[in-house]
Amino acid sequence: MAMSIFEYAPAPESRDVVDLKPSYGLFIGGEFVDGSGPSFKTVNPATEETLAEVACASADDVDRAVRAARKAFDAWSGLPGAERAKYLFRIARLIQERARELAVLESLDNGKPIRESRDVDVPLVAAHFFYYAGWADKLSYAGLGPDPRPLGVAGQVIPWNFPLLMLAWKIAPALACGNTVVLKPAETTPLTALLFAEICRQAELPPGVVNIVTGAGETGAALVAHPDVNKVAFTGSTEVGRTIARAVAGTGKKLTLELGGKAANIVFEDAALDQAVEGIVNGIFFNQGHVCCAGSRLLVQESVQDELLAALKRRLATLRLGDPLDKNTDIGAINSAEQLAKIRQLAESGESEGAERWSPACELPERGYWFPPTLFTGVAQSHRIAREEIFGPVLSVLTFRTPAEAVEKANNTPYGLSAGIWTEKGSRILWMADKLRAGVVWANTFNRFDPTSPFGGYKESGYGREGGLRGLEAYLDV
Amino acid sequence: MTTSLADVVSSGATLRAFLHGLPGVDRVGADQRAATLGTRSIKTTAKARAIDLAIGMVDLTTLEGADTPGKVRALCAKARHPGEGAPPVAAVCVYPDLVHVAARELTGSGVKVASVATAFPSGRSSLEVKVSETELAVAAGADEIDMVIDRGAFLAGDYLKVYEEIAAVKEACGEAHLKVILETGELATYDNVRRASWLAMLAGGDFIKTSTGKVSPAATLPVTLIMLEAVRDFRDATGRQVGVKPAGGIRTTKDAIKHLVLVNETAGDDWLSPDWFRLGASSLLNDLLMQRQKLATGRYAGPDYFTLD
Repeated sequence: MAMSIFEYAPAPESRDVVDLKPSYGLFIGGEFVDGSGPSFKTVNPATEETLAEVACASADDVDRAVRAARKAFDAWSGLPGAERAKYLFRIARLIQERARELAVLESLDNGKPIRESRDVDVPLVAAHFFYYAGWADKLSYAGLGPDPRPLGVAGQVIPWNFPLLMLAWKIAPALACGNTVVLKPAETTPLTALLFAEICRQAELPPGVVNIVTGAGETGAALVAHPDVNKVAFTGSTEVGRTIARAVAGTGKKLTLELGGKAANIVFEDAALDQAVEGIVNGIFFNQGHVCCAGSRLLVQESVQDELLAALKRRLATLRLGDPLDKNTDIGAINSAEQLAKIRQLAESGESEGAERWSPACELPERGYWFPPTLFTGVAQSHRIAREEIFGPVLSVLTFRTPAEAVEKANNTPYGLSAGIWTEKGSRILWMADKLRAGVVWANTFNRFDPTSPFGGYKESGYGREGGLRGLEAYLDV
Repeated sequence: MTTSLADVVSSGATLRAFLHGLPGVDRVGADQRAATLGTRSIKTTAKARAIDLAIGMVDLTTLEGADTPGKVRALCAKARHPGEGAPPVAAVCVYPDLVHVAARELTGSGVKVASVATAFPSGRSSLEVKVSETELAVAAGADEIDMVIDRGAFLAGDYLKVYEEIAAVKEACGEAHLKVILETGELATYDNVRRASWLAMLAGGDFIKTSTGKVSPAATLPVTLIMLEAVRDFRDATGRQVGVKPAGGIRTTKDAIKHLVLVNETAGDDWLSPDWFRLGASSLLNDLLMQRQKLATGRYAGPDYFTLD
């Protein structure tokens, strides 16, 4: 990009607030312990520097963690709800107190811009704990029976795109309902979960109520398959979700799956166009598109296609890609080399299948994993980039002529996690929302989250709901 | 202006259809966008650059019943030499009867003389009075006229009346530049801000300005954002560039820099000059000077080291 009149100087957030240790253990029974698997390195995806060595939990370690959780269960579930709430409120406040530390560490390990970890992820994490803390002593009034009981030990496996937020979505309701948990963070982003373990100790949470086991797929598989786990909660790819569903089938374990998506962001000709452009950008470029509910398919009414695309391209040219710790960065690093390869491959398929590829002039840093914001026009429903989840900053643009066609195209996907509607006509919003088969339908906004609002999918996007009153059901015997 | 846009003003009905055919503004989204841009972190060299840019964009303003020639002279002296090494401001903005004082003080300085006119701030007078007040101010030496639109007519849906008034005042301006004050605090909705912006541009305004400073809220970030979008889109449609002036309530360097960030990321480089973006303010200037000195020396000087004019 040419030098402009008003160039922003680098404004990096300081790393000093984070006390990175050379190595991290597992968190079992309130103690940090060694793992017996081969330890692995976690890297900063923006620089490829190794951040720390992390223990890998073997099946035996997982067993120890589940036993610790089982041991803690009776006392924890026996506490009056108000007492459990005290711990959750305390955790929520500690998260707020240590917000900067958590945000910096999240950006280091994940590659997401500090603006997002600071202004979106961490505040939502605290909000989830505050919200479910409020439910802990009111479960009898949740409409789920006079005295709903917890399930027992929850085995929870979370992805790398929102490491801390997904932890909060899993742990906060589980604990509020009286369950104890064993959580496995993703192997590329384990660090904030381990900092959260430290916060649990700081909050004097009874040992064994929260256990964190780090590792890769095998660790997760061991956790899911453990016979003494009563509840399995997974967020991640549809492929792994299927494996988990098979492993859990017939065991009596309660299961919730939050999987992939290929959401349609539907823009009508009467939409508030400037805000629709922002919503499209936020829908697909937020968190580098590493968002299961990302608005990865833009469905635009043909009559405003040219105008909207011109505005969108102009807007994309202002996106600032680079150092995730710079406070002015909009687009950070792709989380891993593996994910980058997947995005590249799908983007190439888009070209070879005949869609037209466009990216703004955008300099990519030399080291680290990067992908420029990209949009494809002339995309047909049959193209892979219109059907498969890319999980990266790649937008496929399709068009429609009538509301009915918009609904048909939006629903014509194996997924059904989210959708967006952009129109100034309120009645059309309601008509569309009624017909879209998606767990979340946003109207004139996108990628907005709130702990009071349930989240979950249709079809291959999974089942069960997280968040809100509905999120309690997943952790209670009802 | 393209022919289709010329047709727009041929009748009240076509004008109304055009203004109501502009894309709507979603309040939640506009507020959110402005707030996000407000989190930009402008430090070190960028901050120094922004402060000097902002100083050069200030329309140093005094619009009080108690204004006197002495007060205006003091303001003009400050406008020419705000502080050591600081650039002069863009203009001094006064009431019409004090224009001759400012014009004399600013001769040859490059600092423009701006005058409010058209029964400022309410605009509640006849077109004849508005036009003759404009002519008076121009004759007294005003380079720029800051007029107010008839908000009553606008809210009543009489867009053609508003249009014709602006066009008449523009004609009375002659060589002087016309800034059209929308008084967005009274228009209330963002849709209205967008429509009034287009109306003022269609009628020939050289600048669109948020507020008189006499009504609260005055300049807010979302309103400036919407007006920047309007001038950007208007240039795309017609080829003519129109300036933007937020005024009222911008008191700190932080506020001023947030506005510059909006310009930078909405309208772009072409608007980042005093010819196309102004900040209507009075107390802002001293804060800019104070922050400027802080950046240069690493220390804050006390308020008594900056003149009160």
